[in-house]
Amino acid sequence: MSIDKDTARRVAHLARIRVEEDALPALAEEFNAILGFIEQLNEVDIEGVEPMTSVTPMPLKRRADVVTDGGQQDKILKNAPDAREGFFAVPKVVE
Amino acid sequence: MLDLTYTAPTPKTIAGAKEDWELVIGLEVHAQVTSKAKLFSGASTKFGAEPNSNVAFVDSAMPGMLPVINEYCVEQAVRTGLGLKADINLYSAFDRKNYFYPDLPQGYQISQLYHPIVGEGEILVEMGEGIARKVRVERIHLEQDAGKSIHDMDPNMSFVDLNRTGVALMEIVSRPDIRGPEEAAAYVSKLRQILRYLGTCDGNMQNGSMRADVNVSVCRPGDYERYQETQDFGHLGTRCEIKNMNSLRFIQAAIDYEARRQIAILEDGGSVVQETRLYDPDKNETRSMRSKEEAHDYRYFPDPDLLPLEIEQAWVDEIEASLPELPDAKKARFIADFGLSDYDASVLTADVESAHFFEVVAKGRDGKLAANWVINELFGRLKKDDLLITDSPVSAEQLGGIIALITKGDISGKIAKELFEIVYTEGGDPSDIVEARGMKQVTDTGAIEAAVDQIIADNPAQVEKAQQNPKLAGWFVGQVMKATGGKANPATVNALVKDKLGL
Repeated sequence: MSIDKDTARRVAHLARIRVEEDALPALAEEFNAILGFIEQLNEVDIEGVEPMTSVTPMPLKRRADVVTDGGQQDKILKNAPDAREGFFAVPKVVE
Repeated sequence: MLDLTYTAPTPKTIAGAKEDWELVIGLEVHAQVTSKAKLFSGASTKFGAEPNSNVAFVDSAMPGMLPVINEYCVEQAVRTGLGLKADINLYSAFDRKNYFYPDLPQGYQISQLYHPIVGEGEILVEMGEGIARKVRVERIHLEQDAGKSIHDMDPNMSFVDLNRTGVALMEIVSRPDIRGPEEAAAYVSKLRQILRYLGTCDGNMQNGSMRADVNVSVCRPGDYERYQETQDFGHLGTRCEIKNMNSLRFIQAAIDYEARRQIAILEDGGSVVQETRLYDPDKNETRSMRSKEEAHDYRYFPDPDLLPLEIEQAWVDEIEASLPELPDAKKARFIADFGLSDYDASVLTADVESAHFFEVVAKGRDGKLAANWVINELFGRLKKDDLLITDSPVSAEQLGGIIALITKGDISGKIAKELFEIVYTEGGDPSDIVEARGMKQVTDTGAIEAAVDQIIADNPAQVEKAQQNPKLAGWFVGQVMKATGGKANPATVNALVKDKLGL
């Protein structure tokens, strides 16, 4: 798989990261280098090997169904560029 | 004993301009899990709170915050799976579904694409007595809900409330086994009924606790059967997905519109484009959500913040042992034990509360009589006052008391209705009321006989007429009933009148 300039542009857009047009070829090159490394990894025979999900053998930590958080509208809205009547106010987005 | 013999309903056919078409429908239902706290944070799930007050920093996606799973939400998903006779996956895992929207601060939804917690199950959707569609459930996965955007509070701005952000949802995905708009609505309502029995979702569609994405395609008669044989989707038409429906009526209208739209395209020689559409109830039409198309590239990947979810079979067994009796089983039992009709049993098992109420009323009494009273008198009266069974002014014990008085012969059916109205409006113990207000039916033949004798003695002309025309005996019965304030046993009066008049 090879990443071209158009794919690089599309991935940048999906991630909402602005990349100038003249920076795209270099970015595509970097993607290709990463994918090349992954292809190299794909050559390893992993038949019968369990995928490793954690470096320490521990189960997923769980929580009881108890309300322990919330009630902090002021803090939640504190970093918002615009907030009104307890809501975040954002440029109009409607289908 | 569960009697599950039924025949499949006939698929709906729509006549196009040139030929007949059939519908193929699959649903993805998003059901909000009933829990106190959110799926990955300790914030409350309570509906209708002040905006942004039920929000933890995990929900607003502050840097460095990590999700910790709510064990009860997992239990609820397992319980739902068991209720749908589905396979429970002891190993499941969470993935990130990436997209940008103002009500999704993380920039991704935590979901379960590759390893859902629940696998194949099924739902029996009844479409009338002895007719049912078995709809296969493909999977159920746990995921986070998004926040809520409000667009009508300001002309230039959208307002965002994150209270719902991170609340646990179960996405219940059906196979394309549904064959018409009515079946789709019946499927959603049966699923809702089961979830409410299980206590895993409140099923409140108006508040958005249950929402459905509907996949619709059309095919020519015979194509669906070919798909069934081969499980090859190539035999079916291209589908469109109608997003976010939260009303049974709109689901039906949207499917009907969408099917006709696709048929018109195909008969014109065109082809249906697979896309996401939105239903507009005001115009009764669906329209393309073009903006969603690019967003469909969700770039799923395993969530590195969460280890796989591994559960024990023993825990699943424990949950299974605690399952309540479900609608199909309850209905079958009501028919078998209380001799109810299929219809009455369906009405009474529609929700757990009604079913429980009925059982208390019917216990040790005539089941059919109890069903009549609960359905016709009580439900009718509650409907008039717009009350739910849980708000009924007449308790199951009180209604049972009224029925006991009828069965004992203490009161007639007519008096019972008066008594019901008194208990409904004033409360009190039915048998005390009957005693205190002298409503008891007179079964004492002596007293009735005296009343009959009196009427006969007072009306010699009528006696003569009745003796010539026996049909007129009814007049005497009426007079006796009147004289006894409606409390005389009608059968006894009838017999006595006939006897005394020598008819």
